[in-house]
Amino acid sequence: MMTFWYIFVMAGVTYLIRMIPFSFFTKRIKSVMLRSFLYYIPYAVLAAMTIPAIFYSTGHFLTALGGTIVALVLAYFRLPLIVVALAASGSAFLLSFFV
Amino acid sequence: MRQHTEWKEGLTAGIPIALGYFSVSFGFGITAVRLGLSVVSSVIISLTNLTSAGQAQGVQVMAAHGSLLEMALVQLVINLRYALMAISLSQNLDPKFTLRHRLIAAYGITDEIFALCSTRKKPVTPSYMYGIILVATLGWTLGTLLGAAAGEILPAQLISALGLMLYGMFIAIIVPPAAKEKSILLVVITAAVFSTVCYYLLPFLSGGFAVILCATAASLLGALLFPVREEAAV
Repeated sequence: MMTFWYIFVMAGVTYLIRMIPFSFFTKRIKSVMLRSFLYYIPYAVLAAMTIPAIFYSTGHFLTALGGTIVALVLAYFRLPLIVVALAASGSAFLLSFFV
Repeated sequence: MRQHTEWKEGLTAGIPIALGYFSVSFGFGITAVRLGLSVVSSVIISLTNLTSAGQAQGVQVMAAHGSLLEMALVQLVINLRYALMAISLSQNLDPKFTLRHRLIAAYGITDEIFALCSTRKKPVTPSYMYGIILVATLGWTLGTLLGAAAGEILPAQLISALGLMLYGMFIAIIVPPAAKEKSILLVVITAAVFSTVCYYLLPFLSGGFAVILCATAASLLGALLFPVREEAAV
């Protein structure tokens, strides 16, 4: 029974955090400052989530580093998301046989 | 017709997310069962929460028999970034996004789905977002199920390498705009440096909280130095 309440609270809080701002924030924001801030947020969030966590994502620094470099190069040449992601993982996997 | 295209576009865009989620949630399934949860509970958590960091911490609270208040606070802090994302996303929605659609689609605001939607050139339609959410949720839930049920079968080396998938996708999302716009490059580098500093010098900061702080600081800096005029912004 306790498991049910744990999951209920977990899911409920998580949903409300997403739902309240998404549903009731329907006005166009006028402030240039705030609009600019929101414009940069996705890039900032992704960068903060990726660095340095990516270097620990495979359990071995060198395989992760190799995968990261492959991802950076392929992304620079604008390859599709799935190609970049699979190539990064694939090279980390291949590298793991050598390190 | 357009409805149909939007839906299919969402499904396709969601595939890399689903694959990345699959590998991450596979790991979550393994962890959850090791902490004493049943396979069914683990799957229900993934299906109802659809978030990696919050769930990982949530099962720790359950294993430690924490209070419900603690559970609520942990989720609030770790997932607070979704509120920022939801506001940002609300600025780029198609008029078709009525309250009913918002109430449903809010369920699927995750880091990755947000990244796809917010960097989309066209306004986001409900069909497009539902398409992404459907495949992503499928990958996330299925990965949890398989991880919880049969974690030991796949070779460890493969599971480790799959851990890179999501980050590889993040890189694919941020590098092209950063290479094009100096302002985005500055924000990205600032956020990465702040986050690295937090990780090594302020280890007591939880991951979710560190992301909020670093992203807020870096975006503020970007907004102060390079305010975005009308058209380009969100």
